[in-house]
Amino acid sequence: MNRLSRPRAFLLMSPLLLFLGLFFVWPLVSVIWQAVSDPAISRVLPRTAAEIGGWGGEGVPSDEVQAAFREDIVANTDDMAMGDVTRRLNSSQSGFRSLMGKTVREVRETPDIALIEIDDRWGETAFWKAIQDNASPYTDAFLLSALDLQRAGSGEIEAMPAGSSANRTIILRTLWISAIVTLCCLLIGLPYAMIAASVTGWKRAVMIAAVLLPLWTSLLVRTAAWMIILQESGIINQVLMGIGIISDPLVLIYNRAGVVIAMTHVLLPFMVLPIYSVLLTVPGNLMSAAASLGAHPVRAFLRVLLPLSLRGMISGMLLVFMSSIGYYITPALVGGASDQMISSVIAFYATQSANWSMAAALGLILLVLTLLLYALYNRLSRDPVPTR
Amino acid sequence: MKLARAIYAALIIFFLVAPLLVILPLAFTSSAFLTYPIPSFSLRWFEELVVRSVWSRAILNSLIIAGSTTVLATALGTLAALGLRSLGLGLRGQIQTLFLLPMVVPAVVLGVGMQAIFVRVGINSTYFSVIAAHTVIAIPFVLISVSGALAGIDPRVERAAESLGASPPRVFALVTLPLAMPGVLSGAALAFATSLDEVVLTLFVAGPNQRTLARQMFSSLRENISPAIASAAFIIIVGTVLVAAALLLLRRKRA
Repeated sequence: MNRLSRPRAFLLMSPLLLFLGLFFVWPLVSVIWQAVSDPAISRVLPRTAAEIGGWGGEGVPSDEVQAAFREDIVANTDDMAMGDVTRRLNSSQSGFRSLMGKTVREVRETPDIALIEIDDRWGETAFWKAIQDNASPYTDAFLLSALDLQRAGSGEIEAMPAGSSANRTIILRTLWISAIVTLCCLLIGLPYAMIAASVTGWKRAVMIAAVLLPLWTSLLVRTAAWMIILQESGIINQVLMGIGIISDPLVLIYNRAGVVIAMTHVLLPFMVLPIYSVLLTVPGNLMSAAASLGAHPVRAFLRVLLPLSLRGMISGMLLVFMSSIGYYITPALVGGASDQMISSVIAFYATQSANWSMAAALGLILLVLTLLLYALYNRLSRDPVPTR
Repeated sequence: MKLARAIYAALIIFFLVAPLLVILPLAFTSSAFLTYPIPSFSLRWFEELVVRSVWSRAILNSLIIAGSTTVLATALGTLAALGLRSLGLGLRGQIQTLFLLPMVVPAVVLGVGMQAIFVRVGINSTYFSVIAAHTVIAIPFVLISVSGALAGIDPRVERAAESLGASPPRVFALVTLPLAMPGVLSGAALAFATSLDEVVLTLFVAGPNQRTLARQMFSSLRENISPAIASAAFIIIVGTVLVAAALLLLRRKRA
């Protein structure tokens, strides 16, 4: 069976390849596509879009382009779609709303009418320029606005006016919360993994089982458990008030502290396990060798054990950070309005405001970030020599 | 120093395990609130899960969806693991990376994309769309688990069977598959657990008729927290343990 031919190997894999192609690759491609495509104009005004590309941007476009534009207006039967086009054009060049309404009415009555006779504005370069700029089926506008950027009238990229969009705040917040969670996991997980690797027998078994148990239990159940523990009448507040440390309940839920506590708990196994597995390969007598050569325990730790566990630490940190930037459930349930991370915003755009392009643009940013971290993690975990 | 280490380890073990110990007893509370102390034990919240149709329907949906996901993911994943096994190391690594990607890609991004294509094809908010979505993220677990079991098979055993005159299908059916069975079954258990716990993709691709238990828990955690959640959590944990135990038993019997 080991000597299966390659075609047969692919035959065995083909159902899965087909399945993942349809239900995994296609959805992701569609996200990428939606993030950069803007078919509103090119779908309603296909002939114009095809013709206006050749216009040099001086004066007004040729008669062919104008004729194509009139044909598109006559051919279009979808008033909703035309409304979208008008709105889009109006946002690049104000005045289009009234101009388009008038033009559509007149062209439908007399298809051969010269546009300049309908309105003087058809003699202005700026209005045609707006159509040309929006005619491409591709756009970087959504990706830019996902980063709170926009194109100025001149085509240069500039920051959006302050206060108009909070995407950048949310991306930075996502990175910040993930960094705090990663740090908490490292500070808790590193000593824990070192202790687990240094003990033997049932002690080690218990320590590792305690890490694996949460990993195997439902994420939703664990988050629900934290909601119960952290709530105002939850156990932590009951105990602290019972022994008289505090008189009023602490606010532990629907805020940043709750998110960090719950996410640290959920992701801690991803930090402990890589460090632990690296430390298992370290010969146990190294520390005593360092001690016998006269190194202070602290020095031995810093110069011997810490560098040796570095690989595991980096793997663990990448895993935790990568998982936390995409987290949705825990911040959505345990966090407050100002603790929502990028995933929540994507879900909001997609499900509540039906703004698919913005959801896709933010999703693409999150996807690229995650895949970069994964590639880095893959490289590190394949590299057989510890990188120092 | 030694004592300090022991205390530290005990504290972290407590931190890791405590949340699970906290939620399970609350499934049996008689109170209307998810708080301690528990006034008295009762099964009223389990009754609520059975009687209230939102919950009972959700449990039924979860069973249908997780069951189908398990079958589909296990079949696809096992076949692919068998194929991967006979590839050269370099190519195997690359394809395996592709197969494992669903575990890495943020669920919300995948959810947005899936909803878009399912709506376009006209199959969104059907059982099929939910099962397909769950299968995508369950496959990596099956693949890892089966590949691990296959890697542990001594090729000499298969060669011995061949040299004794067994045809390739017979070698597969009588040697390879039984030896890989533990991996297949634990992969199936992981696939079931993954589907049972899935919320994010379900939010995007399921309609009101495909509400799963996890999805229902998620919305009641957001809207009105009641001990029914603890009972549902209890069911999810018990369900996972039961499936794992059943598969383990099956494995014993076969071995």
